[in-house]
Amino acid sequence: MITEDPKHQDIHEYLAEMEDIPGTRVFTAKRARQGYHMNQFAMSLMKDENRARFKADERAYMDEWPLTDDQKEAMLARDYNRCLDLGGNVYFLAKLFSTDGIPFAEAVSTMTDMAFPEYREMMMRGGRSPEGVRSIKANEAAAAAKKEDR
Amino acid sequence: MARITAGVASSHVPLLGVASDFNKDRDDYFGPIFAGYDWTREWEKAEKPDVIILVYNDHASAFDMKIIPTFAIGCGERYKSADEGWGPRAVPDVEGHPDLAWHMAQSLVLDEFDMTIINEMDVDHGLTVPLSMMFGKPDAWPCKVVPLAVNVVTYPPPSGNRCWALGEAVRKAVESYPEDLNVQIWGTGGMSHQLQGPRAGLINKEWDNRFLDGLVGDSDHLRRIPHIEYLRETGSEGIEMVMWLVMRGALGKKTRALHRHYHVPCSNTAIGHMVLRPDNGEGLDMTGSDVTAIAAE
Repeated sequence: MITEDPKHQDIHEYLAEMEDIPGTRVFTAKRARQGYHMNQFAMSLMKDENRARFKADERAYMDEWPLTDDQKEAMLARDYNRCLDLGGNVYFLAKLFSTDGIPFAEAVSTMTDMAFPEYREMMMRGGRSPEGVRSIKANEAAAAAKKEDR
Repeated sequence: MARITAGVASSHVPLLGVASDFNKDRDDYFGPIFAGYDWTREWEKAEKPDVIILVYNDHASAFDMKIIPTFAIGCGERYKSADEGWGPRAVPDVEGHPDLAWHMAQSLVLDEFDMTIINEMDVDHGLTVPLSMMFGKPDAWPCKVVPLAVNVVTYPPPSGNRCWALGEAVRKAVESYPEDLNVQIWGTGGMSHQLQGPRAGLINKEWDNRFLDGLVGDSDHLRRIPHIEYLRETGSEGIEMVMWLVMRGALGKKTRALHRHYHVPCSNTAIGHMVLRPDNGEGLDMTGSDVTAIAAE
């Protein structure tokens, strides 16, 4: 069913589907609200003088923003999956990647279970297959069926 | 009257801008990507469009989280290249077409598309990378540009169906503009890619190529693809392909393909590129050239 078809729309079904993708945090309104200040903080790093102040003392600069302790810790640790969980969006977090001077793809690779050379090699071979990573529910159902077979 | 003479689809990966700006566009990595645009660069020289309606998305450059327009149209005189954190790209300023843009804005609002109107903004790689891919490295861009920005970052983005319908309204707006203008519409972004989380790096060649197939001919089935299918099949950022549907919707019932190119990878992304002609008896020969015959030579 096309959940965004106005005639058949069910916003709860739509939002539930967004949470059913393995290894993915869709940037829903809930995450956008939770991460508002974190993303605006990251946006501030577009300016040279802010980048300089951040680099001089990361924590002091972040303390000027209404961020939660969890959000500050996640960013200090450059734990980008944790940042996504706390409402960060990759296009905003990218300002942190460029402040650190690391390539976008390298920062992306830190969110996977691969080191950058291995990740780059996967991309050269055609990328990650969607097989087995389409749906959390489908994977659970398949795992349950397999268990029953035994 | 103004006419939409062609539609162009293209990925807009920022790394392509870097490759172009630092003359890496013919190296082993980027060469095969740029080679797929050689045909189009020659074709554009013959077509000489007056205006490009460029459908793209901003990536936390001009718009932050303060204001999130679903559909926004640039009505300004000119736009500078945005500083995306490593200095602005050294590309020419983008010249707008305020007369056509304002005309479109009025026509679209009367057609019940409640556009956000932007008079001043910088434009990021989403807009300037496609210009580099299609026009190379000129001192000034050879035509004017009407930026049409779509929110594909904060959910929900507009549905594919709504994007297609916006394209139909864009066509109507262009055709009611009195001046003779050769107008192209470009849909940018995509194809399959995911830039976040443990599933990052997802690519789906089969799905992407079916999508390219679907742009050609008289079927409109692509407009009914739900967001969840883009997400599951093409990665979290594959949703950008709804912007291609604005372009497709503006070409009328039927299209034919003039050129097609697909390549994996560019950084995290599958590159897709297509050039389409509306094929509804428009008799599009305004440049005096039969592009299909030229392409065959």
